[in-house]
Amino acid sequence: MNPIHPLASLDPRAPLLSVEGLEVNFRTAEGTVKAVRGIDFELKPGEVLGIVGESGSGKSVTAMATMGLLPRSARVKGSVRFRGEELLHRREKQLMPFRGKAISMIFQDPMTSLNPVYSVGWQIVEAIQAHQDVSKEEALKIAIELLRKVGIPNPEDRVANYPHEFSGGMRQRVVIAIAIANDPEVILADEPTTALDVTVQAQVLEALRAALVSTHAALLLITHDLGVIAGIADRVLVMYAGRPVEIGTVDEIFYNPSMPYTLGLLGSLPRVDTDGTERLRPIPGSPPSMIGESKGCPFAPRCPLAADICREIEPELTQVSAATGHLAACHFAKEAHDRGASLFAATSADIGTTAGVQHGGPPESGLAYGQGPDELRAPGPGNYVLAEGFSLAGPGGYETAAEEEDGTADTGSSDGKETTP
Amino acid sequence: MLSYLLRRLFASVIILILSSILVFTMVAFSGDPLASLRLNPKTPPSVYALRRAELHLNNPLPQRYWIWVTHAIRGDFGLTIGNQPVAPQLWSHLLVTFQMVIIATVIAIFVAIAVGVFSAIRQGRPFDSGAAFTNYLFISVPVFVLGLILKEFVAIPVNNAIGHTVIYTIGQQSSNLSGGFFERLPNYAGHTILPVLTLILVSYPSWAIYQRSSMLEALDSDYVRLARAKGLSPRRVLIRHTLRNALIPITTVIALDFAGVLGGAILVEEVFSWQGIGFWFLQGILVLDFNVVQAYLLVTAFFVVSFNFIADVLYGVLDPRIRYG
Amino acid sequence: MEYSIHEFAMAERRKILADTRSSKTGAAGENPKRRSRFSRLPRAGAETRHLGDEHGLSGEVKKQWQIVFGRFIRQPRAMVSLGIFALLGISSALAGVFWHYSYTDLTNQIATFGQGSPSLQHPFGVDPIGHDVFAQVMQGTKEDVQTALLVACISTLIGTTIGALAGYFRSWVDTVLMRFTDFILAVPLLAVLAVLGNLAAKQSGSWFWVAIIIGVLSWTYVARLVRADFLSLREREFVEAARAIGASNRRIIVRHLLPNALGPIIVNATLTVANAIILESTLSFLGLGIQPPDVSLGSLVAAGEGDATTFWWLFVFPASFIVLMILCVNFIGDGLREAFDPRRTRVRV
Repeated sequence: MNPIHPLASLDPRAPLLSVEGLEVNFRTAEGTVKAVRGIDFELKPGEVLGIVGESGSGKSVTAMATMGLLPRSARVKGSVRFRGEELLHRREKQLMPFRGKAISMIFQDPMTSLNPVYSVGWQIVEAIQAHQDVSKEEALKIAIELLRKVGIPNPEDRVANYPHEFSGGMRQRVVIAIAIANDPEVILADEPTTALDVTVQAQVLEALRAALVSTHAALLLITHDLGVIAGIADRVLVMYAGRPVEIGTVDEIFYNPSMPYTLGLLGSLPRVDTDGTERLRPIPGSPPSMIGESKGCPFAPRCPLAADICREIEPELTQVSAATGHLAACHFAKEAHDRGASLFAATSADIGTTAGVQHGGPPESGLAYGQGPDELRAPGPGNYVLAEGFSLAGPGGYETAAEEEDGTADTGSSDGKETTP
Repeated sequence: MLSYLLRRLFASVIILILSSILVFTMVAFSGDPLASLRLNPKTPPSVYALRRAELHLNNPLPQRYWIWVTHAIRGDFGLTIGNQPVAPQLWSHLLVTFQMVIIATVIAIFVAIAVGVFSAIRQGRPFDSGAAFTNYLFISVPVFVLGLILKEFVAIPVNNAIGHTVIYTIGQQSSNLSGGFFERLPNYAGHTILPVLTLILVSYPSWAIYQRSSMLEALDSDYVRLARAKGLSPRRVLIRHTLRNALIPITTVIALDFAGVLGGAILVEEVFSWQGIGFWFLQGILVLDFNVVQAYLLVTAFFVVSFNFIADVLYGVLDPRIRYG
Repeated sequence: MEYSIHEFAMAERRKILADTRSSKTGAAGENPKRRSRFSRLPRAGAETRHLGDEHGLSGEVKKQWQIVFGRFIRQPRAMVSLGIFALLGISSALAGVFWHYSYTDLTNQIATFGQGSPSLQHPFGVDPIGHDVFAQVMQGTKEDVQTALLVACISTLIGTTIGALAGYFRSWVDTVLMRFTDFILAVPLLAVLAVLGNLAAKQSGSWFWVAIIIGVLSWTYVARLVRADFLSLREREFVEAARAIGASNRRIIVRHLLPNALGPIIVNATLTVANAIILESTLSFLGLGIQPPDVSLGSLVAAGEGDATTFWWLFVFPASFIVLMILCVNFIGDGLREAFDPRRTRVRV
């Protein structure tokens, strides 16, 4: 690569970002966690691809793998190419030209993303000077403009403030400013609004839109919030248990979902346009453990359409609509699509006699599944340990250990440890 | 920042005052000041009465305290049992102790930070395991045991191996020393090496563990990840981001631990017969020399409170959240 | 080799430091209301890394104990240390009854030039006066163990109470209690103990009084710990819920908050035991703790100090027992910490 302009020598005709057969395993004390089990997608210039999934689906890991930011215990296979250049298995130094310039990233928790001991301006200037040959004064001017772009009022004054002097939403906007400082071609946003109040989410999304307009970058937006996706994405990739289970344009996904999991996700959203008397329809059960081998479709235990073939063979992504590039991984994609929203209706009505939904019983394959008597409630604190060595992730993050988790003990970045020295 | 410091200063002063009260009360009740007189059954009552008056024992406790404290502030700590002024002894002994403590603490800090940081960077690898092992070991050994081991089982073999006495185990210097500073230096060094080594070995492990933990947390943090994601060089990430944050907490820990270091110094002085302030204090306890004991406790409390204050200042300097919080 | 317990202690310490910092300076972090609201929302992909204890709902405490116990059992190093420590404790208690020498007996052998070293009759040798060192070491161990355990009980009790009150009621209660703690800490522990220990030592049954004094002065760390925990715990929803149904303050503290804070308390108690052993042996080494004819391992070391090279057994055995006990206690504490809050590989998915 050309050392002076390392990115200049890349092929402009190659796809912007192309991920092929990406697999990520983590070696832990409890076994090998298969976080990502094979994902392919391409990102075209200027497009917004949304990756949707629950905790444990592998979406964050995918983004981290792209940037080479996985922990040391990670084993990555496959290929991630930026304009033809392979990014995987590079050393830190070799990734430097790409990070922050070709691809930049926005992380989930704005409270801890920024270094607390440097001013916001300093951190933006640092990002600028890492890739542009400008003086400090010039960089500072650029920084102020960036802050203005993302909607921070009084940027001239605020540029000297420290992160703790900003609210969560504003900190996230600062992070966005850093991300666009060098006009990246790809922005990876890993759950940028999850940790924020709903009202603040809108502001951050606004800043994100402004960022896209300003840089014409492509955006890979990872989230579990379908509402966010609906507003900003061009295409959607639904992930479950480490694999994509449905891909398509945002219209296709929302209007013609063809995989039960997608249906479940859409169906479980509270809707403003109904009269409010309908019950919410959650998907019963919890995501499977990612440890060990599995057989068949990972969604089978929770799927109303599950049949024997589903438990034997894991469905491949097959075309639903050639014209729009809509793919779904389901043996019964057509039926799922036709059944539509009523697919999960049964589970919300009658718990005891639901057809197709399993109750109790020993785990069959390597997958454990949880069935409690209260399927109407979202999986609450506490998990169900059904077999030695397997546990399920409850809300609050994924644990690889086969331990019982007692509640969503999230005194993490708050509560006295808000200072992260 | 200024208001923060002023508040801390004010609190420190209050604490010091309260501690002095505690010290005085404690010592006043810890024994009988007239005990030495009572040893001789023939002591006439008039002598008792005289002594009682001298020691203000007839006055109520608060008044005695006041007398003591007002003198102490001016540097007058009264007289020892042997009727010598306490203050000069206090300062000369303090000087001796400080030689040892300061050298040991400075070296221990460097060692602790180095070990901690490297253990974190090489987590799980041989260096980390080895360092962990030695840390655990040194934490589990009391100061006096360690000192004795060094004194008995290290000094002598080393001296024998070298042929003449290089490592001394008694006192700060040999008594018949002469010559200029540089000629005496090897002798000083030979006397200082074991006490300092003992103090270093007992102080650094817990700091190293803390530093490792702090470093691991920084390495794992979101802001370091963001720094990497910005495309900064690994070196810059390490120094400007990881270390910059990882080194903050240890400053307070060390400053707060200073009391422990002083305590360790007492033991080291005892084992190696250094005429330091700890040694002086111990003698004072054994012979019930109250003025000595009180003086020591007050001076130590002063240093501890001062170091706590310094810790607060440092923390404010290093962590903007405190400064502008 | 893991650092578990000390890392834990240091992390708690940091939490305390950060906490006392913010309480001293009034630096507001995030709005506590906001914190509690987020503590339950599914944070998909959120990383829950912290070295604190596991906070479960009070109703699940029973189940939690079984889990913790199970985890502890599965740690070889901790179990071995527990075994050794128990062995030391039991044998030292029984030695007084079953060993054919008592620690005050003067046997017909003494340690002089060329003799007195460990033999079949005297496994640890004899001292220059004729005491059987094994009996002495056993007695010393017994004194140390009982002292340390008593200290741990006292200081944990006091510290927990003070910390709980300060953390729960906050406001002026907190300020007063914490200032009180501060100034207790201002004077070095050893120095204070030296002074008071001398006083205690003059009493008969001196180990008891020494233990009381050490215990009464060692509670500050536990107090800070419990306070920090309570401060954060009291923001949790289950406390609000308990208050909403009219539970009294006392009930909330005892039935809800304490069980959740129990993890660090117990782990810290083991640290206290280790510390107490160090302190007690140091005091008696200096001649300020247990007085003759009582023996403690520290006083034995002091007695053997001068002859350490010639009559090595006088120094080596007592010293080794001290170190062994402390190591064991540290490992046990390690195991406990791991049992309460296992070190997991946290993977953000």
